[in-house]
Amino acid sequence: MSAGVGTVPGRRAEFVEATVAWARRNTWTLGLIGLLIVFLALTKMLQPNYGAPGIQGLAISILPIAFAAVAQAIVVISGGIDLSVGPMMALASVTSAVLMKDQGDPFGVAVVVGVLLLGIAVGAINGALVVITKVPDIVVTLATSFVWAGTALLILNTPGGGAAPWLMAIISGPLGNPWLPKALVVLAVVVAVVWIPLRRSTFGLALYAVGSHPLAAFRSGIAVGPTKIVAYALTGFFSALGGLALTATGGVGAPVPGSYTLQSVAAIVLGGVSLAGGRGGVLGPIIAVIVLALVRTDLFFAGVDPNWSTAVQGAILIGVVMFGSLVAMRKVRA
Amino acid sequence: MTGGATGKAAAPRIPSLTGGGWRRVIRDRPLIPLVILLVVLIAVLEFAKPGIVNGGWVATTIRAAIPLAILAACQTLAMLTGGIDLSVGAVASMAAFLLATLATGQGPVVALVVALVAAAIAGLVTGIGIGVFKVHPLIMTLGMSLVVLGLMSVYQLLMVRSGTLIPDQIQWLGSGISFGFVPNNIVVFAPVALLIVVGLRRSGYGRLLFAVGDNPVAARLAGARIWQVLVALYVLSAILAGIAGILIAGLSNTATVSLVEQSVLPSVAAAVIGGTSIMGGRGGYSGTIVGALILTVLTTLLTVLEMPEAVRQVLFGAIIVAVAAAYTRVIGET
Repeated sequence: MSAGVGTVPGRRAEFVEATVAWARRNTWTLGLIGLLIVFLALTKMLQPNYGAPGIQGLAISILPIAFAAVAQAIVVISGGIDLSVGPMMALASVTSAVLMKDQGDPFGVAVVVGVLLLGIAVGAINGALVVITKVPDIVVTLATSFVWAGTALLILNTPGGGAAPWLMAIISGPLGNPWLPKALVVLAVVVAVVWIPLRRSTFGLALYAVGSHPLAAFRSGIAVGPTKIVAYALTGFFSALGGLALTATGGVGAPVPGSYTLQSVAAIVLGGVSLAGGRGGVLGPIIAVIVLALVRTDLFFAGVDPNWSTAVQGAILIGVVMFGSLVAMRKVRA
Repeated sequence: MTGGATGKAAAPRIPSLTGGGWRRVIRDRPLIPLVILLVVLIAVLEFAKPGIVNGGWVATTIRAAIPLAILAACQTLAMLTGGIDLSVGAVASMAAFLLATLATGQGPVVALVVALVAAAIAGLVTGIGIGVFKVHPLIMTLGMSLVVLGLMSVYQLLMVRSGTLIPDQIQWLGSGISFGFVPNNIVVFAPVALLIVVGLRRSGYGRLLFAVGDNPVAARLAGARIWQVLVALYVLSAILAGIAGILIAGLSNTATVSLVEQSVLPSVAAAVIGGTSIMGGRGGYSGTIVGALILTVLTTLLTVLEMPEAVRQVLFGAIIVAVAAAYTRVIGET
């Protein structure tokens, strides 16, 4: 860079330098990709005929949690946390299932759009409550998690309703190549179309700025409150996508949210998003979701009692976070 | 937005805060408005169903509120240091389940000791993670609850033949009512409550909890060994959770690996309503006890009004946000 003469060795050095810098910035994600490859290899070793169908099943089963992880990642990057992700998913799932039951495709599309708008509205309410009342985000979203879960139960008391056939078709099966599951393509396309432009926009910068230092962001002229509300609205949007994925994978609406909130928090922490805010992305959490799912698959293939998988998942979560904080402490000392 | 604006707005507001009136009452004596709220709720209940409030009702209400109040004690202590303990549900269920499975073969005393020691070990691991490795309390307790729940599911399969039995003494303690209006579990609760209320105000350790939560750096510079305070806190919290779990098992005469899971969020709610700040450094246990009573009476009231479970959840959430917002507004902290 300092040479700037444009000789070939100079350019190569520049390239290497840039790559090293990029790798240093994304060490965590690269490590996760390595972990993912290790676990894929392990799966293949344990179950030699694990192939395209296995990958397709995996892609469908992770879809709701992957959306939940993206949702949680965005709000945590903005310096908050949303404990109502699971209930928001349930709300979206039951709303879509009740409205879509025995309806035609055009109506189904309208329902999907409506549910996504509902997600944005619900998320914005979370954000507005956090900003206006100044109550800590954990308390606000804990409380609204009751509210959304209750509303979902009011709409649909037991699993029921139905999903439009096209919605189920859009995520099941492969796209051309049997190794390329549609569910993975849907996930990649939706996240890329919504997140990447946002990340690169002024709003994206504001999001990270608010997460790393709200006061500094405020003094740089960023509207901190509105940025937070938009972050929560985005979380609601992705939670609604997760709810739609629940409806699509199950074929019915699921009124009980399950442990998606906890799983989303686990995934973002494994995915390298700092709970202090301002650091991380959405790729890491998605890979973390896949790794966690593979751990469960591998335990199953290895003949381990499925009950162990919860304990192992928790142990991995704790182990990785402890490792991460040890690394951070070393850095501070050095 | 938050930093600059409140800094200026707070200054002229101080005279009105110290000048007297209801704000001052809420700030200095938070118990008074809480007790008024409790009395109002009881009055509404009596109005909704005349004759319901009598000695027996008081006994059953207190009996139901006590396990919740003990779980909320875990939250209160953790929140004073700026933490939260989401593992109380798993740990309490573990203690109850261990007691119920071991009581048949080993006798109730051994079972009780094993249950509480297991809880203490879980608390020790949590405390080391938070105190020594500086893992975020939310993540650590979340991971720990997954580990405990997973281990218990495995243990459950091993113990499937022995069956569960709640010893008579525990049933007497958990569900018995003496003299028509005194619940027996007050025998356990009274010393625990006294110890916490007095201990928080008078003992050095109690003051350390406030100090660590209010300003960790200042506490460390003043010579407090923060990691020791935190390890002791989470061990204490886990033992309290174990006691609560055993009381709940005695009350319901059942023990499963997820017996107490549904009380986790209400326990946080009771502490928040009682005036303990999740940001640390402010609060106390007497408010939490009234908070647990308020939640219990509210549940009864909604049952009497024949509200579905869903409406109860929505109202719970709304009340938590409203109360927390009121505290933040009156006390003026962000």
